[in-house]
Amino acid sequence: MPLMGWNKKHSGTGSRAWPVLAAGLVTCLPISSPTLAADDADTAGERLFSQCTTCHEIGEGARHKIGPHLDGIIGRLAGSMDGFRYSMAMREAGESGLVWDRDTLDTYLQKPSDFITGNRMSFRGMSDQRDRATLIEWMSTMSLNVPGSLVEEGDAKASGPARGFADIVLAMEGDADYGAYLAGECVTCHQASGHADGIPSIVGLPRAYFITALFEYKTNIRTNEVMKLRVANLENEEIAALAAYFSGLEPQ
Amino acid sequence: MTGITRRQFGILGGATASALVMPAYARAQDKPKVVVVGGGAGGATAARYIAKDSDGAIDVTLIDDSGQFTTCFFSNLYLGGFRDFASITHSYDKLQSDYGITKVTGRAIEIDRDAKTVRMADGVTVPYDRLVLSPGIDLIWDSVPGYSEEAAKIAPHAWKAGQQTRLLKEKLDAIGNGQQVVMVAPPNPYRCPPAPYERASMMAHLFKAKGVDAKIIILDPKEKFSKQALFSEGWENHYPGMIEWYGPTVHGGIESVDVDAGTVETGIDTFHGDLLNIIPAQKAGMIAAKAGLTDDSGFCPVEADSMRSTVDDAIFVIGDASIAGAMPKSGFAANSQAKVAAMTVRGELTATKVFPARYSNSCWSLIEVDDAVKVGAQYVPQDGQIVSTHSFISQTDEDPALRKATYEESLGWYKGITADMFG
Ligand SMILES: Cc1cc2nc3c(=O)[nH]c(=O)nc-3n(C[C@H](O)[C@H](O)[C@H](O)COP(=O)(O)OP(=O)(O)OC[C@H]3O[C@@H](n4cnc5c(N)ncnc54)[C@H](O)[C@@H]3O)c2cc1C
Repeated sequence: MPLMGWNKKHSGTGSRAWPVLAAGLVTCLPISSPTLAADDADTAGERLFSQCTTCHEIGEGARHKIGPHLDGIIGRLAGSMDGFRYSMAMREAGESGLVWDRDTLDTYLQKPSDFITGNRMSFRGMSDQRDRATLIEWMSTMSLNVPGSLVEEGDAKASGPARGFADIVLAMEGDADYGAYLAGECVTCHQASGHADGIPSIVGLPRAYFITALFEYKTNIRTNEVMKLRVANLENEEIAALAAYFSGLEPQ
Repeated sequence: MTGITRRQFGILGGATASALVMPAYARAQDKPKVVVVGGGAGGATAARYIAKDSDGAIDVTLIDDSGQFTTCFFSNLYLGGFRDFASITHSYDKLQSDYGITKVTGRAIEIDRDAKTVRMADGVTVPYDRLVLSPGIDLIWDSVPGYSEEAAKIAPHAWKAGQQTRLLKEKLDAIGNGQQVVMVAPPNPYRCPPAPYERASMMAHLFKAKGVDAKIIILDPKEKFSKQALFSEGWENHYPGMIEWYGPTVHGGIESVDVDAGTVETGIDTFHGDLLNIIPAQKAGMIAAKAGLTDDSGFCPVEADSMRSTVDDAIFVIGDASIAGAMPKSGFAANSQAKVAAMTVRGELTATKVFPARYSNSCWSLIEVDDAVKVGAQYVPQDGQIVSTHSFISQTDEDPALRKATYEESLGWYKGITADMFG
């Protein structure tokens, strides 16, 4: 299951039709996939990405085009970047906690319109699983250490205990004032403005994502030692308070 | 409700909530007054949080003897050539323009605790209802016989950032082949336990990067030091033969220094350095001792759940000057303590809610390019003491990718904490 309990079922919530922008109607047709030698994965990844370049840029200094730029895509919340007008469907996917990791990207790229109904990317899909893996691998190396990326070591996955606890806290109403005080401990490193320079931004994170991530530190699914320390003394009430506070903020 | 996203909703909710708890206060001149002495890691943070969270209900004055602040943290990286001086120097402008804090530039020389006023060197007195002291440390010059403020112009300590840091950098840059630096490390307790050893690493990096064949000798009054296994491993890996560390059982005790001759006399031997970096013992900033807030240790005892001075209810002491139980003297710790003090002060003056104190610390140290280590702990007040509940330290023989990530994390922390201090 993808992170944060976001699953395909939610994609239905974005079913409201999104007006198609005339200018946005560019079709990225899949080209036939080249056979690749293992040592040539980089070139293969880049070649596969060439079918995306009409709409997307990736790498340092990438900008939004018809589609949003894909720098830092791994670990990013769906539909979350400033300066790009996402479809309602994509924004709702992000708001209900969809984070782009290797698994969610893989499912999405297989058939984008199935995974997020009503999203605006005109790409039919990439059926070859190996091609998708190569492309995603290449994209992830292109987006290493990009500000705003939420990814930690490897692919953190909510599972077992983390999920169970997270669900309990998700059902609690957090005290945002208490969260504002507790947040003092976070913003020594995670800038309150939402800027990120080497440490990910946590401003505006959806509650579900926030809560699950903290439980993933508690259960050692995420392994950053500083974060594991910070969550060690946080009770459910405090996690709920922090999530309430940060989810209510907008990056400046 | 159509068209309103959850995010917007959260913000509306937040605004309503804070409007409800907004304290009722009367005319401006009746506002409670908080004076903060020391505009560093602790003081700047405290001033900013009190001003920010009270939304104008408290009149905040920040006193620091300088018009801008150079951080000791990352000053070693400046010595190593990883940062320029401007990047570790910060202005108080935003604290004034965005948070309405009154910045007074000058030296506070006395606190009249009965009258609740701070007297400045120019004779001006500044009244307070609550005083937050974060003056950092003063050096105990004669803890190394022969050392003095005057001698520091030849053999810099660079343990307060600014002119001293630049002087040390100039002198390091002038070191050539076959020359030697002798560092005298401080005894406990001092600000930033790993910093002398990070500094030695940065010196070695500078020499190695320039291809200068020079050595660094550390004469330590302590038998062991912070992150010792990590630094020792790093020095062996990156700087074989360049850094030598001697504890008291080897050098027999540090007896005196002669900065003109460039020598340090120890119980067993005389060490000669083309450059001496003398870091003496430390105590709380003068103003705290003068106000009678220190104990025999030279630092200020405080209540563990608020950072309030045990001597004076109207005064809070944070940062290096305080005795904060198990917490080390670090910028991170000072920043953390500042938030507890700020919340308590605000609670008392404007009847806002006071939450339980929580403290934390993490310190990153750079050993060589992309090779950083870290240490940290979480603290709570318990039976009147600040005690550590959880801690960690980097491991030896870690994956280089993790070390690199740790370095990048430290860059993020620096941005974060300086934004948290200065807005
Ligand atoms: C080389 C080095 C490296 C370090 N690296 C790190 C690190 O990586 N991470 C970390 O967390 N910490 C680090 N530290 C420690 C950190 O710098 C201190 O612990 C921290 O600055 C303490 O904050 P403070 O508010 O107590 O004092 P300071 O930050 O020193 O601020 C005190 C301020 O008050 C002013 N002042 C004092 N008395 C008066 C007066 N009477 N009137 C007016 N102004 C006054 C001083 O001039 C100063 O500006 C390092 C320290 C050194 C020396």
